[in-house]
Amino acid sequence: MNMSGMTTAITPTPKVAAMNETKVSARDVQVYYGDKHAIRDVNIEIRSRTVTAFIGPSGCGKSTFLRCINRMNDTIASCRVEGNISIDSENIYDPKVDPVQLRAKVGMVFQKPNPFPKSIFENVAYGPRIHGLAAKKSDLDDIVASALQKAGLWNEVKDRLDSPGTGLSGGQQQRLCIARAVAVSPEVILMDEPCSALDPIATAKVEELIHELRENFTIVIVTHSMQQAARVSQRTAMFHLGNLVEENDTDKMFTNPDDQRTQDYIMGRFG
Amino acid sequence: MSVGLIFLVVLVLAAAGYFVGRARALSLSAQSGRKLHSLPSYYGQTVALFIAVPAFFVLIAWLFIQPIVIDSRVNGMVPDSVIPDGGARSLVISDVRRIANGLDAVLSRDAIDESALTDGSIDFSSIRGRLADVGVALVGDVPTEVFEAAKAYRQGAKFGNMMMTVAVLLVAIAFGAWSYTWIRPDMRARNISETFIKALLIASSTVAILTTAGIVGSLVFETINFFKMYPASDFFFSTVWNPQFRGGSDLGIWPLLWGTLYISLIALLVAVPIGLMIAIYLAEYASKAVRSVAKPMIEVLAGIPTIVYGLFALITVGPFLRDYFAQPMGLGSSSSSVLTAGLVMGIMIIPFVSSLSDDIINAVPQSLRDGSYGLGATQSETIKKVILPAALPGVVGAILLAASRAIGETMIVVLGAGAAAKLDLNPFEAMTTVTVKIVSQLTGDTEFASPETLVAFALGLTLFVITLGLNVVALYIVRKYREQYE
Repeated sequence: MNMSGMTTAITPTPKVAAMNETKVSARDVQVYYGDKHAIRDVNIEIRSRTVTAFIGPSGCGKSTFLRCINRMNDTIASCRVEGNISIDSENIYDPKVDPVQLRAKVGMVFQKPNPFPKSIFENVAYGPRIHGLAAKKSDLDDIVASALQKAGLWNEVKDRLDSPGTGLSGGQQQRLCIARAVAVSPEVILMDEPCSALDPIATAKVEELIHELRENFTIVIVTHSMQQAARVSQRTAMFHLGNLVEENDTDKMFTNPDDQRTQDYIMGRFG
Repeated sequence: MSVGLIFLVVLVLAAAGYFVGRARALSLSAQSGRKLHSLPSYYGQTVALFIAVPAFFVLIAWLFIQPIVIDSRVNGMVPDSVIPDGGARSLVISDVRRIANGLDAVLSRDAIDESALTDGSIDFSSIRGRLADVGVALVGDVPTEVFEAAKAYRQGAKFGNMMMTVAVLLVAIAFGAWSYTWIRPDMRARNISETFIKALLIASSTVAILTTAGIVGSLVFETINFFKMYPASDFFFSTVWNPQFRGGSDLGIWPLLWGTLYISLIALLVAVPIGLMIAIYLAEYASKAVRSVAKPMIEVLAGIPTIVYGLFALITVGPFLRDYFAQPMGLGSSSSSVLTAGLVMGIMIIPFVSSLSDDIINAVPQSLRDGSYGLGATQSETIKKVILPAALPGVVGAILLAASRAIGETMIVVLGAGAAAKLDLNPFEAMTTVTVKIVSQLTGDTEFASPETLVAFALGLTLFVITLGLNVVALYIVRKYREQYE
C-alpha cells in the first residue's frame, strides 16, 4: 500500500473505512534481557490507521515492547523475545522473515533526533536508495520532496536541501527523522518518545504532524506525557512492571479507566 | 652540595613548610575567631609552593648559566700560543675541563692536600702521568697556561657550586618565610595555589613548544650551512646520489625521496585496507569476548622492535619474494627489495590504523546505527553509508599517523631494502630511503664541516617539511569533508 502520492487526505480512501481492522497483533509476548524478564504475557491488538499511545512509568517495558514490533531488539545481543507478533496476520518472528525487510515496512523515530551527518536531501534519500525505490534521479527527488511535505518540513528546507541535516533546530531535526522514515513508505511508524528532547513549540508541530500522518499510517507512540497521549492518540495502552495493564479508547482511558493502577498513574499517584 | 642533595633539601623544606603553614593558618583562625577563606591544606600548599618553585627555578637557571660564565673566564686564560697548529681552540678548552675534573681524583688518590695546588709544594710537571693513572688520557704534555686554566676552572666550579647551594637555599627560605608571614585567615590560598598550578602547566607546554622550535632551528641552521657549500638546485633536482668523502659528491635527493615514497606507499597499501577491515570487524561484528582478546593481540604488532621486523624481512620475506616471485618472473635476483621492506613495514603499521580506527568507529553514536537499522538497512550498508563517513576524519588521521611512521622508519629499510640509492620502478629492486642515508652520512668520523655530512640536515629538514605538508593537506581534507554528528 503505497500512499506516497497522497498529500492531503481529506477524501476518505476505501482503506480508511477499515480503520478498526487489526494491523499489529501480539500474543503472549515475553522479552528477556539476559535473566531479566522485562515483558510478561503482553497481548494487544493495534488498529490500522490509528494512533496508539503506550504510557506507563519509566522502566515499565513500553519502549522494549515497541522495539519488538520492528525487531530492533535483535540488535541487542542479550535480548530474547518469545511469543508471537504478527503484522497483517504474518508472524514477524517467523524464521522466514528478514528483519531488514521488516524494518522497511515498520519505520521508527527515536527519542533523540538522530539525523545522519549528511545533507537534508541525503538523509531523506537514504532509505529509498538502499531499498531501490527510485529508478531515476527525478523519482528520488519526488520521493524526497513528498516525504518532506508529509513531515511538514518542505517549506522550511526546500531552498537548502544540500545543507547538513545536523544544522537544523531540534524540532526540525526530529521532523527530518520522521520524513526519513516516511520516505520508505512504511505501513507502521513507531515513535519512541519523539518529543522528549523538544521544546513546547516544536512538540506542538510534531503532534500536529502525527495527527496528519494518521490518515496514511498506523502509528504507535511511546510517551511520558499523559497530555500528549490524550492529545494525539485514539487508543492508549498502559504498561506497568512489564505487564500490559489496560488497553482502551483514549477517551475512556483518561476519564473512566477499568484498572485502578491506570487511574492512579493518570492521577499522578505513582510513576 | 651536589645538585641531587640540594633538590632533596628543598623538597624537605617544602614538606616542612606545608605543615608549618597549615598549622599557622589553623592557629590564626582559632585566635581571631575568623573563618578561613580556604581549606587549611591550601595554606600549607601555598607555603610549600613558594619554597619549592622559585628555588628550583634558581637552581635550573644557575645550572645553565654557571658553565657559560666559567668557560668564558677560562677561555681568556688560554693564550693562542698553546693551541697546536691546525688544532681547534675548543679542543684545548675541553682538555682544560678534563684536567680540572681529573684533579679531584688525583688529589684523593695520592692523598695530596688541597693547598698543594697553589703553594707549589708538590711538583705538578708530571701531571700528565698522574692524570693518566686516574683514567684521564691526554694527547700531549700539559702547558703551564693550560694547567693554570684548569686550576682556575676547578676553583670557579667549586665556588660556583657553593654559591649555588647558598643561593638556592636562601631563595627557598626567604620565599617560604615571606609567604608564612603573609598568612591571614582571609588570604585566598585556594586561588594562589590555582595560579601556581596554572603557571606550572603553562611552563610544561612551553617546554614542548620550545623544544620543537629548537629542533627546527638547529635543522634550519645546519641546512643553511650545507647550501652555502653545495648548490640547492643540485640537491633538489639532481637524480644522482653518490657521496664521495674526498669531495666532488653528487647529492641529489630524488633517489632517496623516491625510495621513501615508494616503500611508504607499499606499506600503506598493505596496512590501510587490512587495518580498516580489522577495525570494522572489531568495532561492529566481533563479540565482546573476541574483541577483548583480538585487539591486544593485534596491538602486540606495534610493540615489536623494528629491528626484529628488519630481521624478519632479511631472512624470511626477502628470500621468499626473490625465490618465488622475482626470479621466476625475471625481475631481479636481489633479496633486498622495495617490496620486502614495504610489506614488512605495512604489517608493522597495521595496528596504528586498526586500533585508532576501531576507537573512532566505536565513538560514532549508537543512535546513528539505530536510525539506519530502523530504516531497514543491513549492517554492511550502515557501516558503508553512515558509520564510515561519520568516522572519516578520524580514520584519515589514523592513516596519516601510520604514514608518518612509515616515512620515518629506518631499521626495516636497512635490512629489507638495502642501501643502494636508485631511481627505479621495479619493486624487486633494492632501494633506500632518506632516513637510512641520514644515518649513513652521520655515522663514523663526523665533523660537521663537509657537504657530505651536512647533507643529512638538509635531508632531515626536507623530510620534516614533507610530513608537515602531509598533515596540513590532511587537515584541510578532513575539515572540508567532515560530517558532524554532534
